[in-house]
Amino acid sequence: MANVLVVDNLDVTFALHQSEVKAVSDLDFTLAEGETLAVVGESGSGKSQAFLSIMGLLARNGKASGRAMLGDVNLIGMAPDKLDNYRGKDIAMIFQDPMTSLNPTLRVKTQLAEVLVRHQGFTAEKAHRAVIEMLERVGIPEPVKRANAYPHELSGGMRQRVMIAMALLCKPRVLIADEPTTALDVTVQAQMLDLFKNLTNDFGTALVLITHDLGVVAGVADRMMVMYGGRCIEKGPTDTLFYDPRHPYTLGLLHSTPHVAKRAKRLDPIQGLPPSLEHLPRGCAFHPRCAFRFERCFEERPPLLPVEDVREKACWYQGELKYEAVA
Amino acid sequence: MLDRTEDLLKIENLSKNFSISAGLFAKPFQLRALQDISFTVKRGETLGIVGESGCGKSTLGRCILQLLAPDEGRVLWLGQDITKLPAEEMRKKRRDLQIIFQDPLASLNPRMTVGEIIADPLKTLMPEIDAKGRRERVLRTMEAVGLLPEMINRYPHEFSGGQAQRIGIARALISEPKLIVCDEPVSALDVSIQAQILNLLSDLKDEFGLTLIFISHNLSVVRHVSDRILVLYLGRIVELADGDDLYEDPKHPYTRALLTAVPIPDPKRARQRTIEGLVGEIPSPINQPSGCTFRTRCRFAEERCAQVRPPLETLANGRRVACIRWQELDLNGGA
Repeated sequence: MANVLVVDNLDVTFALHQSEVKAVSDLDFTLAEGETLAVVGESGSGKSQAFLSIMGLLARNGKASGRAMLGDVNLIGMAPDKLDNYRGKDIAMIFQDPMTSLNPTLRVKTQLAEVLVRHQGFTAEKAHRAVIEMLERVGIPEPVKRANAYPHELSGGMRQRVMIAMALLCKPRVLIADEPTTALDVTVQAQMLDLFKNLTNDFGTALVLITHDLGVVAGVADRMMVMYGGRCIEKGPTDTLFYDPRHPYTLGLLHSTPHVAKRAKRLDPIQGLPPSLEHLPRGCAFHPRCAFRFERCFEERPPLLPVEDVREKACWYQGELKYEAVA
Repeated sequence: MLDRTEDLLKIENLSKNFSISAGLFAKPFQLRALQDISFTVKRGETLGIVGESGCGKSTLGRCILQLLAPDEGRVLWLGQDITKLPAEEMRKKRRDLQIIFQDPLASLNPRMTVGEIIADPLKTLMPEIDAKGRRERVLRTMEAVGLLPEMINRYPHEFSGGQAQRIGIARALISEPKLIVCDEPVSALDVSIQAQILNLLSDLKDEFGLTLIFISHNLSVVRHVSDRILVLYLGRIVELADGDDLYEDPKHPYTRALLTAVPIPDPKRARQRTIEGLVGEIPSPINQPSGCTFRTRCRFAEERCAQVRPPLETLANGRRVACIRWQELDLNGGA
């Protein structure tokens, strides 16, 4: 499969009152046509900021450097008016809370049709037909009626579907979904994830799923990238990372996740708190919480290196990851 | 030893309606948030309450604590009905009945120090304790929930979500309650912190002999902590069973649908299973379907489901289910 998005050396920095804070450091990844990549991490891991920077949506004090090649154009550092030729057309993003992303004063059909008129030069009538079709495609019952509604008249699940419909109208090559199901009930979440699976199959859209929920990742992602303290610390195929994690943080996340089918007596959480990006620990950012750390981890930051051709990880520890081995 | 057979709390035919204004001169709508809820909570157990948003699970938690007055029914605390108690009497009971909220930062007063927040319930609930005694208790409770003594003079904004939730737990614990209602206590937390708080609650439960009512929309979390689980749909109990029974052999089609929708953190199993997504969304509680309120989304619904409201039947081993077809349906295994 051809790569639709290639990101190299991505850094994101925010200027604070008297200092700067680096939210994303040296991020590299590729995204192939029709592929689903899960980006996993806790708050402050940089997972959202990395993708906001690719979309040119950083807060005003934020600055990105590096490259994000969508085909042969670099989106990083592009002027906003030029970016608008790609945003919504070739690359689209949806967010956790659909209510903040939809205009409350416009009918659903008005805001959706605008996308097609702007990017594809559709006539109003043609755009309207395409909007109804897409609303139906994402599983909205009575699409004609719902197209006339205002966002507040729809339920949370319906609004999220409207967002997805809007993002998919131009059949983008890349869809970035930032915690798209976190605010939804499990039954609606399951419908949404199903919808994502069908859409990547049918349109060949590459999906980036930003989430903290490993259950969601297991169901839909082909590959995953785990982030901590603004860096990727392990990435590889989903099955590989789930069944044979090699980074202690990936292992820790898996052990922290309760499993509906198995009732463990206790969870094995990671000790301590995620670091503040302003005061990242020296050496490996994870070392204060790591059960496998040794002297080197305090001083030197481990680089992200390939392991056995299937994955990359950033960790000095080479032994087996067994909690018993340490205790 | 705890006597695990004693009913600490008994809820009888509890109902709660909210009036929703339909305009200045129109008759208000009645939103039926809870209808005819009955169950018991035994000393020392953890009862999980699950359901989708709007099913009434938080309202139920608040009605139990008398933070909301139920319209009908009784709440028996150690055999005594607390729904009609005068305010002063109820205040005394609150020593025994506490609550932990979802959003830890929003539920802490930003202008009070951690020490003041945790000590606050003591001033009203146990005024006989003097300032020195309060401070001792605060420090002891802080230690129990994993907060360091030097944090006592800090303000809530200096804490992360997980630490703030520890403060909320300490505030609930300080009066040495018998029962704590945990309303989505870990939903706003990161995965690794969520696991820490779940372990903490389980340790505290053992240490202080607590009884917990654990309200959450996250079935994996509820499964992890609960001995018994109550499933709510549109303000009614649809199923109540031991955790293992419920997960391994759900009797109500809604329970089964919920279970098959839970994301499983295991890629191979996640690929194998088919999600029988529910049709549509939860109906409005203002305008509820006739008969079984779940029938509009149920794969097994028949004509008679629209006519009769299924009674909450009691099965062997005390399980309860509200579905007229439960005996004929083979729902073999949820997850």
